[in-house]
Amino acid sequence: MKTTVAPLNFQRRGALLALVGNPNAGKTALFNQLTGARQKVANYAGVTVERKEGATALPSGRQIRVLDLPGAYALNPRSEDERITADVLFGRAHGEKRPDVVLCVVDASNLRRHLRLVLAVKRLGLPVVVALNMVDRAAARGRAVDATRLAELLGVPVLPTVAIRGEGMAALREQLDDSALWDGPIHAAHVGASAAPVQSADHETVQRILEQLGLDTLMPETPSDRIDRVVLHPLAGPAILALVLFLVFQAVFAWAEWPMSLIEAGTAWLAAGVRTLVPAGLLQSLLADGVIAGLGGVIVFLPQIVILFFFILVLEESGYLPRGAFLLDRVMGGVGLSGRAFIPLLSSFACAIPGIMAARTIPQSRDRWVTIMVAPLMTCSARLPVYTLLIGAFIPAHELGLGIGLQGLVLFGLYLAGIVGGVAVAWLLHRFTTVRTPRTLMMELPAYHWPSAQSILLGLWQRVQIFLARVGGIILTLTILLWFLATFPAPPEGATGPAIEHSFAGMLGRALTVVFEPIGFNWQISLALVPGMAAREVTVSALATVYALQVTDEAAAETLQPILAADWSLPTALSLLAWFVFAPQCLSTLATVRRETGGMTGPALMAAYLFALAYLASFITYRTALALGG
Amino acid sequence: MTLAELSRGASAIVVSVRAPPEAPEWVEWLEAIGFLPGEHVRVITHGIPGGDPLVVRVGDSTFALRRIEADCVTVQL
Ligand SMILES: Nc1nc2c(ncn2[C@@H]2O[C@H](COP(=O)(O)OP(=O)(O)OP(=O)(O)O)[C@@H](O)[C@H]2O)c(=O)[nH]1
Ligand SMILES: [Mg+2]
Repeated sequence: MKTTVAPLNFQRRGALLALVGNPNAGKTALFNQLTGARQKVANYAGVTVERKEGATALPSGRQIRVLDLPGAYALNPRSEDERITADVLFGRAHGEKRPDVVLCVVDASNLRRHLRLVLAVKRLGLPVVVALNMVDRAAARGRAVDATRLAELLGVPVLPTVAIRGEGMAALREQLDDSALWDGPIHAAHVGASAAPVQSADHETVQRILEQLGLDTLMPETPSDRIDRVVLHPLAGPAILALVLFLVFQAVFAWAEWPMSLIEAGTAWLAAGVRTLVPAGLLQSLLADGVIAGLGGVIVFLPQIVILFFFILVLEESGYLPRGAFLLDRVMGGVGLSGRAFIPLLSSFACAIPGIMAARTIPQSRDRWVTIMVAPLMTCSARLPVYTLLIGAFIPAHELGLGIGLQGLVLFGLYLAGIVGGVAVAWLLHRFTTVRTPRTLMMELPAYHWPSAQSILLGLWQRVQIFLARVGGIILTLTILLWFLATFPAPPEGATGPAIEHSFAGMLGRALTVVFEPIGFNWQISLALVPGMAAREVTVSALATVYALQVTDEAAAETLQPILAADWSLPTALSLLAWFVFAPQCLSTLATVRRETGGMTGPALMAAYLFALAYLASFITYRTALALGG
Repeated sequence: MTLAELSRGASAIVVSVRAPPEAPEWVEWLEAIGFLPGEHVRVITHGIPGGDPLVVRVGDSTFALRRIEADCVTVQL
């Protein structure tokens, strides 16, 4: 029994290298180069909020495990993400040993701040190697750093790198392969020394090092400063922010039209092919009405999702995000949130799950909690298919002049409704919960950076893969399941009306209308909302399947929009849109909330309040639209 | 005077950092991001309305601070 060693255990004991540094130093970029991973790299502080593990083989064949850690300004943690880093370095991390070697990643263009952390890490007694990253930027500013001299002054190896381009990696690997690093004596962590005097002492040490390197002058004005003068201008700044956000939504509609019609044509062609090749019957129905109608209904939104992510990636990589947070800090402060909540909330536009996790960067636990609670009100990309489907079916494609389309405007309005809802909820919580401590911002504004085409394309490709994996996985499964429920049992002899009305799905839908009738949902919608809890887009594929089965005219069955336009009233469509602005998130979001808040109270409260809010909003929308004679 | 009292574009040198009694941890946090005695600071811009928050250059880094945070940093012209 004792001879077998579980591979997992073996892994955990293997030589361990930890990447440590200030936020935004390029640790994750370097980690990706070392291990071949594709973790998220972006130009703001607090991108990495978890411990991530990878592995690599050094030139001699030595296998090491590599840990990417959240950035930290000091070893004295102020928020959950920084605590993860400190815990690993002090050997307190759950399920992970203390690293054998620390790779300190520093920004060569800002040694003044970054070197202080190196000094602090050195005091921990672990072998340290310094990756002098971003030497390209330092050189471009005319402040190139002499790595050999810095190594002498610090007393540890210093290797210049450009992590985004993989430059300097070979030399770094060679250095990491040095046996002296791995086999040296292990010293205990020095803990307890009070931080303040150490910080100033370190500051003086760094000052001396900079003098020796001839870098003790302040940096002259950079291009970033000139951009900031416009972008952060008290009047121009907010106007630019509004314009940027607005353009994104216009583009999501305007640019996607052509690829979407291609995909629609492709789906129709496939369905027609199946109908001619496969004899009429259950199999034909499963393929045409179930799989092709259901999945085609979702895949058609891929172009819009790609466009949305294109803008999100460019904003993240350029360094504009923290500027947006700065501009909106007053608004956030007014409702009792810190400007730091901006980035978690903005990430929630992609998906609420990374947004909720990014809330770890918020120091105050109350603020973190409120941010988590309102994050699902930011419109995640999975809701986009539902919005576009309904907007396409019910809102005419008018041009309002100045290149502004009515459809894009309505989409913008829906996103805005979610934001306003989130602000209102935060404000209510602010009114009714007392806070004594003032909140902090203390947010770094990194230098602007041209996003490289390669990293944007890679990021988009990852999103496409994720989306297609969802389509081929959970969406396909649920669509097939729904097809079964909507097909069986077959209607009794002599029954009238479409067969689906006699199926399980028909019965379930009807039972649910008791709840949803007052807000204008028919049984098909009520039914489609159920699998939508697993993944938002499934609501669309479910509607597509249900209507494909119901409509007898086969030619019409391939495209959902005209069917909906004919079958639903405008108040119903508006009510469903209102529902989706507020309705509880998918189950995986609730599971994330449970993990991050450590209990069932958080997710239960979230689901309950969002459900109530959605119902109320839909009710008001429906009744108002009816009263106005819609 | 404090950093919050500097006008737009003005430079100064950090003398000391203190914290409001409700948030003593701010001293460490401000020091960690570079507000240490002798360091150069410059106010880059203010937000509207009321000049809150501020964008401040400290050493070679740029940070956004709320006015109440900037008030914790005593500076000398
Ligand atoms: N010019 C230049 N930019 C770099 C280099 N390495 C990384 N970057 C950019 O720096 C930014 C931050 O990179 P990340 O790898 O996300 O930084 P990080 O240290 O993991 O940041 P956190 O996870 O927030 O602590 C990104 O915009 C990168 O493109 C480099 O060597 N040169
Ligand atoms: Mg990172």
